Amino acid sequence: MANVITDETIEYVGILAKLELSGEEKEAAKKDMGNMLNYIDMLNELDTDGVQPMSNVFPVKNVFREDVVTNGDDSENMLANAPEEKDGFYVVPKTVE
Amino acid sequence: MDIAKMTATELGRKIKAKEISVREAVEAVFDRIKSVEGEYNCYVTLCEEQALKKAEEVQKKIDDGTLTGPLAGVPVAIKDNMCTKGVLTTCSSKILGNFKPTFSSEAVLNLEKAGAIIIGKTNMDEFAMGSTTETSFFGPTKNPRNPEYVPGGSSGGSAAAVAADECYYALGSDTGGSIRQPSSYCGVVGMKPTYGTVSRYGLIAYGSSLDQIGPITKDVTDCATVLEAIASYDAKDSTSVKREPEDYKFTKALVEDVKGLKIGIPRTYFGEGIDEEVKEKVLAAAKVLESRGAIVEEFDLGLVDYAIPAYYIIASAEASSNLARFDGVKYGYRTEDYDGLHNMYKKSRSEGFGAEVKRRIMLGSFVLSSGYYDAYYIKALKTKALIKKEFDKAFEKYDIILGPAAPTTAPKLGESLSDPIKMYLGDIYTISVNLAGLPGICVPCGNDKNGLPIGVQLIGDCFSEKTLIRAAYTYEQSR
Repeated sequence: MANVITDETIEYVGILAKLELSGEEKEAAKKDMGNMLNYIDMLNELDTDGVQPMSNVFPVKNVFREDVVTNGDDSENMLANAPEEKDGFYVVPKTVE
Repeated sequence: MDIAKMTATELGRKIKAKEISVREAVEAVFDRIKSVEGEYNCYVTLCEEQALKKAEEVQKKIDDGTLTGPLAGVPVAIKDNMCTKGVLTTCSSKILGNFKPTFSSEAVLNLEKAGAIIIGKTNMDEFAMGSTTETSFFGPTKNPRNPEYVPGGSSGGSAAAVAADECYYALGSDTGGSIRQPSSYCGVVGMKPTYGTVSRYGLIAYGSSLDQIGPITKDVTDCATVLEAIASYDAKDSTSVKREPEDYKFTKALVEDVKGLKIGIPRTYFGEGIDEEVKEKVLAAAKVLESRGAIVEEFDLGLVDYAIPAYYIIASAEASSNLARFDGVKYGYRTEDYDGLHNMYKKSRSEGFGAEVKRRIMLGSFVLSSGYYDAYYIKALKTKALIKKEFDKAFEKYDIILGPAAPTTAPKLGESLSDPIKMYLGDIYTISVNLAGLPGICVPCGNDKNGLPIGVQLIGDCFSEKTLIRAAYTYEQSR
């Protein structure tokens, strides 16, 4: 069955993805996503009832470490990468009135 | 003596024997870079001054006997998604165009401990999303075997740099074939190790459950030597696997011996969509191994076609989460005009990411969204479990699975990006290896009628890199 991606879906996914798409990009995204989902739907041919979803191929557990600081204070170098910084802080647009 | 043409271990031996100085090794490769880089565009960043300075330090340590390993003094190129302290690390994206990490990735640190000298950061598909290196913000890399063609991707800059003698060896990363496919297209050796073998600490994440760093080299000996240097257990990577000490000695597998080795060839790999010349050359490689005593058989590997849809769900889902960190606050690009915090996020990301990255973030956000999570994401994880089971079954019978790395040789520049699904289908032989966490190596096995390289891929069970290296080495020596 062909997947039809509506304007509402693209708007919603854009919010989740924190992306602001232009009108042209939205049209392209509708088409691309529809095509991709049509292709992906091939998985429905597979019977996966009772199969455990596998996120890691090895049986991994949480890896804990002692709560000890091992890296020094590198804030100056880290802040040097920020688009805007002031007095040792990242500067962001005002968020509370 | 053309130094730049040497393999890494050849050069390392000559440096050790004092026939070549580290400085000469660095100068030779930069001479080569200056003459061809304008045409191939393998690098995003070059660090000549830094490399020459480092050459002096390393030379001293070689002279006083502190550094004795096979890679001491040998210059290396690093894919631009691995953090290098103080050196621009862009992921070939506008959004990280000015990012200088405050630390180096573990694989890079391991190489530095071995005496490697970083000469530059190689071009790639933006955030490793692509199969041609054409999605790079810094323009495409050209295939040195024929510059009208793509080098493959996403580690296209690394593979092309090795092929063009613009480095002695390089590091790449492989999420769905990004080391093996460009190695195939460029006619070099590339290996994706078992998941968890090389630390991902400092590798800018794309699909974390699939990403793995590995070597791209001029021959199999270099491949084993580099893997031995970069592989390590690392508590900073929660999926790092602690292997037996003997298991890390990959160079011990550099022996010519495949007697009795059982090699399976999946029939499904040679059906629809494969180029005749690729098929012929890959099967000829199997014949060579058979003539050296391996037992070669055809068999049916199931679920091959389902790997691609499962992969694009899982990789896109993980990408949408991993790339959420790029928000224009802590590092990277920030838009100039904005209205409030959320608008700043949205505009910075929309202007900073390229089309393919946005496409995958959108798809990933969709398959993880409420109402679709089970139908897509969980379904893909279940498919992954079934694919792993198919491989488990195959490895009960065979030591190695042999096939191509890509169904065709390199496509022409500009022909791939307009049809994403067609481009994704080209990943059919590499992608399932990432889903199942397996090791895979690609070794050159001939050229097509246009002179473009073809690679044969050997796939092993988890932790069987040594078997792959032994077979690849035997093949290389027999050609």
